[in-house]
Amino acid sequence: MTDPRFAAAAGIMPAEHQHRELLQSIVDTARAIFGAGAASIFLYDEDTDELIFEAVAGESAGELVGTRIPSGTGIAGWVLVTRQPLVLSDLQNDPRFARDVAERTGYVPKALMAAPLLYEESSLGVLQVLDPQQEASFTLAEMELLGLFASQAAIALDLLRRARRARAVVDGQGGESSAVAALAAALETGDEERREPALKLLQALAELLRAP
Amino acid sequence: MTGGLPAWSLPAASRAQIDLELEWPERVTSDWAFGGSTGAGVRVCILDSGVERNHPLVGTVEQSVVVVAAGDGYDVVEDEEGDLSGHGTACAGIVRALAPECSLHSVRVLGAGYTGSGDILLGGLEWAVGQRFDVINMSLSTTKSKFAGFLHELVDSAYFGRTIIVASAHNMPVVSYPWRFSSVISVGCHDEEDPRLLYANPEPPVEFFARGVGVEVAWPGGGTLKVTGNSFATPHVSAMCALALAKHPRLAPFQLKSVLYHTAANVGGAP
Repeated sequence: MTDPRFAAAAGIMPAEHQHRELLQSIVDTARAIFGAGAASIFLYDEDTDELIFEAVAGESAGELVGTRIPSGTGIAGWVLVTRQPLVLSDLQNDPRFARDVAERTGYVPKALMAAPLLYEESSLGVLQVLDPQQEASFTLAEMELLGLFASQAAIALDLLRRARRARAVVDGQGGESSAVAALAAALETGDEERREPALKLLQALAELLRAP
Repeated sequence: MTGGLPAWSLPAASRAQIDLELEWPERVTSDWAFGGSTGAGVRVCILDSGVERNHPLVGTVEQSVVVVAAGDGYDVVEDEEGDLSGHGTACAGIVRALAPECSLHSVRVLGAGYTGSGDILLGGLEWAVGQRFDVINMSLSTTKSKFAGFLHELVDSAYFGRTIIVASAHNMPVVSYPWRFSSVISVGCHDEEDPRLLYANPEPPVEFFARGVGVEVAWPGGGTLKVTGNSFATPHVSAMCALALAKHPRLAPFQLKSVLYHTAANVGGAP
């Protein structure tokens, strides 16, 4: 990217690892507050239709980050699609569930809380808390708390996605965003006479896109 | 309108043709509404992740279909998969426990891949409304505002077609549909153990609270799990609707909602 402003913007843009730290602090805090065995944040990858472990606190944490699971099945998939939080306990009574989870993560929980990560109109991923201390007696207050954590995690996840998209533009790989960058570059370097009508056209386009 | 009656106006000469039986007691009690009912003959649709066949706590599922993407639209075909997450089986088991003789139908809208699932969900609901089920249990919602208009039309047509849609309310700070629409019954959860205990919410859009904390439910593999969430409160209300409809088949959705209101523990609550 030759435009110096992009380079300047890229320089002050938080790096991906800073967003990751934010996600990590959310799962660490969720794990501590719920006294849980583990907590994790999944990001939904639209291109591959999979859920990816983006941040994990607890057992097997290091190995799990980056692991992908299919989005269409299982509890996390259901929560992602239906946008409904839920809590399951007595999971070890269910051999099929235990086996599926153990094969993926090496850790079989007794109980699980899961909430969708909703930001604006999108379901960005899922927050899961495994084996919270009070698993025998979940309360509505804990569901509320899970919802609050999920709201925070959704904002952090959205920031991470935006940072990745911005990085892709800087690296010249972005899809829609790089088209916008190319447009900006053409305006900057293009014919003087054409610039004014082109700007009018872009303003009209912006209004069209903003219209309800 | 059927039977040659005008849909938009009523000539005095046609008055006799629209006589409706009044089936409403002086006082609506739980006994009048649900007492002795098993839900027999009422068709309840579980719009969800599928329902496991032959689960001992679910029993017979009359029909299992899955909604799949097909070109710009969708197809509805026989479902051979059963339940892909466990949730639909849990909801079906809750309905079966309260309304043991109702007829259960599964419409699976999950598992065909997430991309475009909003369309699959809408397609499944459209198909279910077209089947004129008595009750549609919908423990799911969408946050996409572009679907809101179509969903609104769909749930209104269900309401006028005498299909009651019971939908899980959202307990997170986002706007989602269709539970917010007044032509459906929206449900959140209370933390008491009585499966037939309902509370009416004086501050909608969540209209009723039903049991939804620590509920033991049917789970795929023939076993059970304990679950918590609004999505498990919803089938309790679906089952109560099935009980009332089995006893009083002529109740229209607006009357059914009144029955739930009058029998809620914080309103009349009379046995």
